[in-house]
Amino acid sequence: MNRAFKRSLVLIAVFAGAPATAETAPGEVTIDDMAVAQPVTAAAGDAINGRKVFADRGLGNCLACHVNSDLKNEQFQGTVGPALDGVADRWEAAQLRAIVVDAKKVFGPETMMPGFYSLDVGVDVAEEFKDKTILSAGDVEDVVAYLTTLKGE
Amino acid sequence: MNKRTLAALVLLGASPLFTAARAEPVTETLEIDGEAMITEAPAPKDPPGHPFDVVKSGWLYREPDTRAMEADSFENPGMLNVEHGEEVWNTVEGEAGKSCASCHGDAAETMKGVGASYPKWNAKAGKPFDIELQINACRTAQMKAEPYKFDARDQVDLTAYIKHQSLGIPVKIDLSAGDMMSWWQTGKDRYYLRTGQLNFACASCHEKNSGNYLRADHLSQGNSNGFPTYRLKQSNLVSLHNRFRGCVRDTRAEPPKAFSDELMALEVYVAWRGEGLSIETPAVRQ
Ligand code: HEC
Ligand code: HEC
Repeated sequence: MNRAFKRSLVLIAVFAGAPATAETAPGEVTIDDMAVAQPVTAAAGDAINGRKVFADRGLGNCLACHVNSDLKNEQFQGTVGPALDGVADRWEAAQLRAIVVDAKKVFGPETMMPGFYSLDVGVDVAEEFKDKTILSAGDVEDVVAYLTTLKGE
Repeated sequence: MNKRTLAALVLLGASPLFTAARAEPVTETLEIDGEAMITEAPAPKDPPGHPFDVVKSGWLYREPDTRAMEADSFENPGMLNVEHGEEVWNTVEGEAGKSCASCHGDAAETMKGVGASYPKWNAKAGKPFDIELQINACRTAQMKAEPYKFDARDQVDLTAYIKHQSLGIPVKIDLSAGDMMSWWQTGKDRYYLRTGQLNFACASCHEKNSGNYLRADHLSQGNSNGFPTYRLKQSNLVSLHNRFRGCVRDTRAEPPKAFSDELMALEVYVAWRGEGLSIETPAVRQ
């Protein structure tokens, strides 16, 4: 069973009758007090897929900037951001979600960390990325689920 | 730690979590075939406001084998391009029946120091010219030949040959000529302009994060003193505007065209940021 299909089954179970993509659009996400309390999609995050999205250079590419010893087999981990070992001891899930959705709303406009579920982006966006977020709502929830597993340094 | 304290710490930048390990550039000295290069220099003071105290060559940020390759011109693959550039210098082209050498003679004498002073104000065109634009102006006006298309092999190699005649000479451009200061200002604005889906400015990588690793890349100050540069990744000599475009594309933005006003202004500003560093053309980079 593929993931999208599984997700729609979950959705049907949870919100019988709701549209299959019960997602919050990027502009509609409420970031309050450095936290996003509501998941951006109805399906529960999948930490195993989140780990893949985290490492994938075309998706999260989080290792470009962060060291993460849970992925120590992956070569070349960046030092632009802090190491994410034990990050779940430092931040709650809702805060991690806010960081991934739009880090600039948490760390301030000068942070290097891109907003992965935000359309508040730079000028001249290339055609293929126009009006798109870096990650899909499902990927965001998966990454957040994965981040919450990074406990104990 | 509760949310409030964390927020306060983040705002103050006081949390120890936010100081990532930095891999400082090496402090070695570079000699190319025994001649000393200036790879660290006090930042230019005029106009004021340079973000660094000391400007550093990209050479200091590279791996030992890459550094060694540049230090020995027999090992430096870019020297083959420079040799080809010398042939181009001496080749007659165009209806006027001239080569570069017909007017400029021996480049070792006539072009010494020239590359270190570009981009330079061109009164006739009313804009700054880099070596590539000057070559094209010579080709059309003096040689009655076609201008080179961007990144034509001859353009890159001839540019490298001319810049190589300034090997070791520190970059110093004349910002008092013509309208250079307004181009400098435009270039500066561009340097801090965030582009693309990833929302990075030049300064995000080369100012705030120089010394850090962005995956396998050890971020340098992004100076232009080594261009055209031999890039191991591309196994070729790469022009400055090609590099600018690549960096902008990496932010997931559509880059400005080569030699556009945007990139010419950026070239002026970036050259100024690296004033005092020796011309290293052809530098060897990752
Ligand atoms: C281009 C750089 C960059 C990328 C890519 C990046 N981050 Fe970050 N991240 C940062 C920086 C820098 C900080 C520190 C905040 C600051 O000081 O601006 C940070 C902070 C964080 C924090 C808080 C860390 C702590 O110890 O408190 C988390 C969690 C995080 N990032 C997760 C991620 C995830 C997940 C991804 C990928 C989906 C990612 N980051 C991609 C640069 C990046
Ligand atoms: C996403 C990160 C990023 C951004 C944004 C970026 N660059 Fe770069 N740049 C790099 C990397 C990585 C390299 C190769 C390693 C190095 O020298 O820093 C590089 C190299 C360079 C070099 C070559 C340095 C040398 O010694 O050979 C120049 C010049 C340069 N960049 C200029 C710019 C300019 C101008 C901008 C803005 C238009 C820019 N960069 C934006 C990542 C970036």
